[in-house]
Amino acid sequence: MAKRIEISGLNAYYGKTRAIEDISMTVEPRSVTAFIGPSGCGKSTLLRTLNRMHEVIPGARVEGKVLLDDLNLYGSEVDPVAVRRAIGMVFQRPNPFPTMSIFDNVAAGLKLNGVRGRGRLGEIVEKSLRGANLWNEVKDRLNRPGAGLSGGQQQRLCIARAIAVEPQVLLMDEPCSALDPISTLAIEDLIASLKDKYTIVIVTHNMQQAARVSDTTGFFNLAAQGQPGRLVEIDDTNKIFTNPTEKATEDYITGRFG
Amino acid sequence: MSTLNHQPALSGVSAGRKVKDRVVQVLVYVAFLLALIPLISVLWTVISKGLKRFDPEFFTHSMNGIGANDAGGGAYHAIIGTVEQVLLASVIAIPIGVLTAVYLVEYGRDSRLAKVVSFFVDVMTGLPSIVAGLFVLAFWLLLLGFSFSGFAGAMALSILMMPTVVRAAEEMLKLVPNDLREASFALGVPRWRTICFVVLPTAFTGIITGIMLAIARVMGETAPLLLTVFVTSAINNSPFQGPQMALPLYIFDQAGRPNDAAINRAWAAALTLIVLIMLLNLVARLIARLRKPVSR
Repeated sequence: MAKRIEISGLNAYYGKTRAIEDISMTVEPRSVTAFIGPSGCGKSTLLRTLNRMHEVIPGARVEGKVLLDDLNLYGSEVDPVAVRRAIGMVFQRPNPFPTMSIFDNVAAGLKLNGVRGRGRLGEIVEKSLRGANLWNEVKDRLNRPGAGLSGGQQQRLCIARAIAVEPQVLLMDEPCSALDPISTLAIEDLIASLKDKYTIVIVTHNMQQAARVSDTTGFFNLAAQGQPGRLVEIDDTNKIFTNPTEKATEDYITGRFG
Repeated sequence: MSTLNHQPALSGVSAGRKVKDRVVQVLVYVAFLLALIPLISVLWTVISKGLKRFDPEFFTHSMNGIGANDAGGGAYHAIIGTVEQVLLASVIAIPIGVLTAVYLVEYGRDSRLAKVVSFFVDVMTGLPSIVAGLFVLAFWLLLLGFSFSGFAGAMALSILMMPTVVRAAEEMLKLVPNDLREASFALGVPRWRTICFVVLPTAFTGIITGIMLAIARVMGETAPLLLTVFVTSAINNSPFQGPQMALPLYIFDQAGRPNDAAINRAWAAALTLIVLIMLLNLVARLIARLRKPVSR
């Protein structure tokens, strides 16, 4: 189910501005890959190119290749909607659908893609909520609105919603930046348990978090303000945090800049 | 005013600011009362004068066979006409209006077509109602040769409704956070489904309110109907055949007659119109409340 992602020669643009420049890397299946780097270095942009969410923004476009196993996601015959079905995403701010109940929020991806039948949906919803460590907290109020949960619960609801469609890859864009430490811990535990089934890519500003949850870490930087972001180095998380190859990485993780 | 008195450590509010605060407060209340005067006076006049003929006969009879100076008669034909015409106008204008708004917000964005559409919606907003009536008169009745009918009136009304619906729906759709659209896209939901099942339900309450305003505005229109549905004193249940009546026309017609019975009928019709609009508003609120999830 989990798949490998291979990025080669990827450039992403917002109109005429190039946001990321010539990125090549491999994301291994059943592992957590973290992207770290200063604000504006293109981490989130890169993440959004992986499930073709980048092009949702007017004027945005992508050059280069992203291979999911052997399929080029940017091939002319590939439907972006199908790509997004295969590669799920969790956003920075929890964004449950305000008009829907907890149940409907989790079932949204399935329902909107044509899965019917309360029984079958019920099974998947329970499985997804259990997967997101939320089941015990909400099982008695599945018909209450999702927006009534706390921030951390909402974010786990969003994760449940994302895994309900059984994606092959899960992208997380700073999933804990709006949460308190306890909710953050819950999400990090969740990431660790999801790793067995999914390929996970996480963008984070919190270096401790990257060190805690990821197997591989990529450090991004930009040469100067206004320049596109580049991948400085990507390696085993341990190595990045103890003995990085590049001076810039060391400076960043030791807090000398950024 | 006394809330800051027990904060001695920081210097208190200066006398100048207190005076200004008072003056502005008084001004706001005066403005509020001024705005209330016409509203209350209109309501009072309409209710007190309208109640004289607000009786069962008024709602069950038409003006057929009622002589120029006779008392009695009613507005049944006019109520039927107004309800049918406004319903038809809504059926035409609401889908077009909402879909236009969806195009403008979800698809058009900054494209040239969207700008052109947006411009013409603005132009239509400022369109005098009689011009809408004249357009239908010239196009539908004179050029295509159809006769006076409730449907012709409904077309004129729908022209007036459309820009209001578009603008209201557009504003509401813009208020839907982009996060929700992205969340839906990221689940692999196509754009049109996202719009139908996430964006529109989120904006539903606001859109309904906008639609109600448009309907209320159009219900009181007289001029375009005068040119398109004509006037009749008999009941005509079919909006597609022959002249109909409408409440505003009825008021216009009766108020112009020089006797008390007719004047009283006009007031009662005015009251009926107001009650009708209020009932509609109430229904819309109810629908909106039922559709809206309890927010906790």
